[in-house]
Amino acid sequence: MSRTAIITAIQRCLKRGPLPADQQAMLTSRLATHPRGPIPARGQLDLPGRIALFTQYAEREFATVAQLTSPAEIPTAIAAYLARLHLPPTLTISPHPALEAIPFAAAPSLQVRFGTTLPADSTCLTHAFAGIAETGTLLMPSGPRTPTTNNILPDNSIILLPAARITASYEDAFDLLRAEQTFPRQTLPRNVMLITGPSRSADIEQTLELGAHGPRRLHILILDGQG
Amino acid sequence: MLQSLAAFKENATSAIGNAGLQRALARAKPHFAQKRQAAIDLLPEFEALRGAAANIKNHTIANLDFYLETYAAAVEASGGTVHWCSTAQDARQATLKICQNAGAKTVTKGKSMVTEEISLNPFLEANGITPVETDLGEYILQLRGETPSHIIAPAFHLNREDWEESFRKSHTDLPADRVFRERRDLLTEARGKLREKFLAADVGITGANFLIAETGSSVIVTNEGNGDLTQTLPRVHIVVTSIEKVVPTIEDTLTLLRVLARSATGQDMSVYTTFSTGPRRATDTDGPQEYHVVLVDNGRSAMVGTQFQDMLRCIRCAACLNHCPVYGAIGGHAYGSIYPGPMGAVLTPMLTGIDTAGHLPNASTFCGKCESVCPVKIPLPNLMRHWREREFERHLSPPAQRYGLALWAFFARRPALYRAATRAAALAIGLLGRKQGHFAWLPFAGGWTRTRDFPAPEGDTFFAQYAARQKARAP
Repeated sequence: MSRTAIITAIQRCLKRGPLPADQQAMLTSRLATHPRGPIPARGQLDLPGRIALFTQYAEREFATVAQLTSPAEIPTAIAAYLARLHLPPTLTISPHPALEAIPFAAAPSLQVRFGTTLPADSTCLTHAFAGIAETGTLLMPSGPRTPTTNNILPDNSIILLPAARITASYEDAFDLLRAEQTFPRQTLPRNVMLITGPSRSADIEQTLELGAHGPRRLHILILDGQG
Repeated sequence: MLQSLAAFKENATSAIGNAGLQRALARAKPHFAQKRQAAIDLLPEFEALRGAAANIKNHTIANLDFYLETYAAAVEASGGTVHWCSTAQDARQATLKICQNAGAKTVTKGKSMVTEEISLNPFLEANGITPVETDLGEYILQLRGETPSHIIAPAFHLNREDWEESFRKSHTDLPADRVFRERRDLLTEARGKLREKFLAADVGITGANFLIAETGSSVIVTNEGNGDLTQTLPRVHIVVTSIEKVVPTIEDTLTLLRVLARSATGQDMSVYTTFSTGPRRATDTDGPQEYHVVLVDNGRSAMVGTQFQDMLRCIRCAACLNHCPVYGAIGGHAYGSIYPGPMGAVLTPMLTGIDTAGHLPNASTFCGKCESVCPVKIPLPNLMRHWREREFERHLSPPAQRYGLALWAFFARRPALYRAATRAAALAIGLLGRKQGHFAWLPFAGGWTRTRDFPAPEGDTFFAQYAARQKARAP
């Protein structure tokens, strides 16, 4: 009822009826080709340049970044990170295949659990789909093995990002998502988060404080040599 | 507190005398303007992006019926429901019904100006449902029974002692010896309290910065993460949003995002930019089981095809508020509308009528800063001028102002008479004031001389000087 009322009101104001078929076809083809707007030049670098720019911008937004050369280094790197910050050596891990393959036995002090974060859990390890050099941003789609809750509920967020997945722009990252989608065409995963740094608020006297409602800390592990 | 729309002049006067507010304004103004400029200086493509952003919105509005239908079809294809609402009343009813069907007692809310516009919270409360604002700024305002004074920094008018006072009053379990020495202590207290609410809520309500026709997604932009907890944890997610938020594609959204955060907070990108598409999928282990979009018109479709159509491009970044000398002097509450500043001066008369909101488009120095910082190039001063014309045509402006303008127009249409009269006046005032060089009081200029002296004219009028110089230059 209201649907018709709103649509016909708009058409009356535009002084026309429904769009003619040829114009509808033009708009449908614009949707299908989804042309890009101006893309900032600053991200258009080779891979080492993109890794460096990603790191620079992520750190500028108060994330911390470590570069690792092999998955075997991950458990000890995480154990050392938690110890340095005096955080409990417990880790909730998204059931992502790349995370399940990590040899956690190498760091026996770490207590790990695969699944969705519970309110009492302190630190969560998740896997990024892509990183975006332009602003040091992570692209995190939801799925059965990447629950959204793990991006947002834990106090401390550790995110694994394969270096080869660092793109120049958001558009490049969404192109990867479109190319590798397992969901129906022209749909996104239920939830796609672009994350740039840890949670913050400037609502109290316009002064930035980290750790509002999402993670207080964001630690990014960039893993070399993976596609 | 949000004040009466009709009493703008009185509100403005009391705002200028409010020491706490003036302290907050002095703090906020350089914060926003400098950060915006710094972010833009780092992005040489900003002007090109601004042009592209304005074009995307113009293209969408010219085909708004098509893109809304496409968007709604995509939402439904992903398992969501769209509730089309012509009026604020329809939107409140639709939201209440979804909450009641879900058996909801507590509803968490992300920051949403459209829910403020339709006065959703009092309506839910009257119907036995407790809404909990989770944006830090909105939360403190809810505790204090206030409304936002800024569209992206709702509680910027408060100082630290106001926060502490409200927490001590409302959080009754607080030990008396609890110390709030730092801002961080206040943040930690709010985080702890709201965490319980996020986990207990039956329904989460968010707004949307953009709706994507291509995918049927709603997009929210936050720094705190409260919007994400709100839309991820409860069983039902309701998006309360308005029809002009639709854009065609993901790529169009990305172009708009590049100008949004930079114009708003001076960030390159907000911390969380989240695309939500429908309810949880069959194989998902989390996310809401129901996804509803309450799509509000409330006067917007009537702006299409009029001189106010440009206002539909607005992406609510607040750059125009942050750079406005009038807003900078009186803050947001004095406007008496939840949309203050230049964007509010154009939008509010559309929502409430020019007869009640006529003061707002007049509260401008026409310095043009708002238009120059607008990321979608809305000609705000021109649109305010259109409202002033409408107000004049409908004889809504005060008689003294109308007679004054008529008198001025009589002279302005007769250039020779105008020059002679201004020359005589300048000479007379100049003669009277030649001793002191200024006046502490002048008839008909009380508004000026109450706060500063009026300088006595020295020498001839502009026209007389110009004519003399032209003559001297001629061979």
